[in-house]
Amino acid sequence: MKFYRTCKLALWALRRNILRAALTTLGIVIGIAAVIAMMEIGHGSALAIQRTIASMGANNLLVMPGTAASGGVTFGAGSKMTLTPQDADAIEQECPAVGSVAPVVRARTQVVYGNRNWVPLYIYGTTPTFLPVRNWTDMAAGDPFTERDVRGYSQVCLIGQTLVRELFGGQSPIGKEIRVQNVGFKVIGVLPNKGANMMGMDQDDILLAPWTTIKYRVVGASVTNQNQSSAAAQGTSTDQNSSQVNTLTQIYPNTQQNLYPAPSTTQQADTPQPVRFVNVDQILVAVRAAEQIPAAIQQITDLLRERHHIRPGESDDFTIRDMTEISNTMSSTTALMTKLLLGVAMISLVVGGVGIMNIMLVSVTERTREIGLRMAVGAEPGDILRQFLSEAVVLCLIGGVVGIGLGRGSSYLVTLLLHWPTAVSVEAIVAAVVVSATVGILFGYYPAWKASRLDPIDALRYE
Amino acid sequence: MDLIELRDIHKTYHLGEVDVPVLKGISLRVAQGELVALMGTSGSGKSTLMNILGCLDHPTTGEYWLDGEDISWLSARQRARVRKRMIGFVFQTFNLLPRTSALENVVMPLAYVEDMAERQMRQRAAELLRKVGLAERLDHQPSQLSGGQQQRVAIARALVNQPRILLADEPTGNLDSRTSEEILQMFQGLNRSDGLTIILVTHDPGVANHAQRIVRIRDGLIEDSAVASAG
Repeated sequence: MKFYRTCKLALWALRRNILRAALTTLGIVIGIAAVIAMMEIGHGSALAIQRTIASMGANNLLVMPGTAASGGVTFGAGSKMTLTPQDADAIEQECPAVGSVAPVVRARTQVVYGNRNWVPLYIYGTTPTFLPVRNWTDMAAGDPFTERDVRGYSQVCLIGQTLVRELFGGQSPIGKEIRVQNVGFKVIGVLPNKGANMMGMDQDDILLAPWTTIKYRVVGASVTNQNQSSAAAQGTSTDQNSSQVNTLTQIYPNTQQNLYPAPSTTQQADTPQPVRFVNVDQILVAVRAAEQIPAAIQQITDLLRERHHIRPGESDDFTIRDMTEISNTMSSTTALMTKLLLGVAMISLVVGGVGIMNIMLVSVTERTREIGLRMAVGAEPGDILRQFLSEAVVLCLIGGVVGIGLGRGSSYLVTLLLHWPTAVSVEAIVAAVVVSATVGILFGYYPAWKASRLDPIDALRYE
Repeated sequence: MDLIELRDIHKTYHLGEVDVPVLKGISLRVAQGELVALMGTSGSGKSTLMNILGCLDHPTTGEYWLDGEDISWLSARQRARVRKRMIGFVFQTFNLLPRTSALENVVMPLAYVEDMAERQMRQRAAELLRKVGLAERLDHQPSQLSGGQQQRVAIARALVNQPRILLADEPTGNLDSRTSEEILQMFQGLNRSDGLTIILVTHDPGVANHAQRIVRIRDGLIEDSAVASAG
């Protein structure tokens, strides 16, 4: 009741000189509007920057197989064959923090088109989800391959810009057939330019194909246990299955020397091959948000330990790597942006607050007789203090609310006319209300205190 | 028992090094329901006396008993409470809030009284305005009212807290003689019908003659206290 009455009194007093009240609060209105608009535009820009940084792979995790060791000799990271495509599917389905997953089979070999050849930095056999995981969804030309291509061992591929330049020299590669270690691949899409990664590796020097095709037709085994030359020398003979399929695509069939006589169909039927353990070289995981990276690592670790039947106490047969360097850059960029905007906000609000204090002091002087009268009819010093303080606070809060509206409006206009990205910032709105009330109390206190200390006799006689 | 009893009130102002005695030992009794005029020329100390009577100021020495309580040494806050409860003021310059309706002006003191519903406040204010003859002017702002009407609004405002004492400081100083007469008759009426204790501060014998008793002050002392001839 008392509070309500005080607010009403403040509103009533402000309404008596509405133009001055409006002009007084203009400082706060502009301050808050600037803060809100800046915060929203800044927030939008920060989001855009974050998206850009995220496209560098900040949200990505890399699951690698563990280290193989034999007789005290270790073979380095990823030398063990423990990860399967089923692991990748399980991670995608069972880890809530994970967005999408792409298994990767790597190869390093020569790619030939016409009279040109090139050894791409990356030959990746993967699934269509690789593109969204790496934020690489817009194709420069053509279309990405599909799940169906993966299931059907299709000989299709996507190539990066470097490969286009080196093999096609500006020609359109769509529909052309290139040879990867004598296996023909039809180019169905061209990836857009991505440039070098943070270590300076050219990310456009890439060939993407269904992992099944790379696995069974090109590599025939994980690349990790054979170097490039031996893989090239072995050619298509690594796997009986694939060599049969690949006979059609061999360019130089005469050079092929079979070390062993080819088994007849009867012999094959007599000695059935055990079902091969299919491994992938790494699994690329996109986490839903940067904050969830630790949770995702935990979930993937738990899941893979269970799937790989690792007992408690035994060490993992895989390793998970995150892009700490990039994500740190991201968070520090955002923090810097926020601090910068906060600084601007503070300055404009202090300026607005000084304006409020100035006018409140004038108002106290101007209304000295009114103060005297109120005191004569029984207002206690506390009542006067509360009245003037609440006037300042109400003025600031109204200014704050108008400022929020104005700020939202201008950020909307900026989006509409300049096409800058903006995002509604709830924190900024809450902060604006709190700050404007605080400014009102801070800068309204001195004038109100001065008013409450007036002597009623002098105040009544004041001309 | 007397409503007001002043015992040997002294008031000395300190202007830098110099002490200026304004009241030099005033003793005065005012009974409940009296209409008293305080008369004196300017500089006689009557304004200072009125400030002490109105509980706006405290005496340097001496005792002020109001309704059986010694209120000479109250703090500013306690004095505000006494004023709220006991005393209504009418000023020479009316002191109405500008750009505010007559009704709002009368309601204003009630904002400092606890526990009163908004409607009840307005009802009481409207009643008082009717009593002073401004039933038709509730929504008029001071600038739309004549001097006499403004003073009536001020009287209604002084009465809204239901005080025991009405202190009028030169209430007719800014009014023409006909309006002055109306206002003074209103004071007499309030005194007679409601038994309100009224203290009129004036330098005008014509005004003072409306009181039952005239207290003359000169140089900070009561010169004489006589029953008025006319009344």
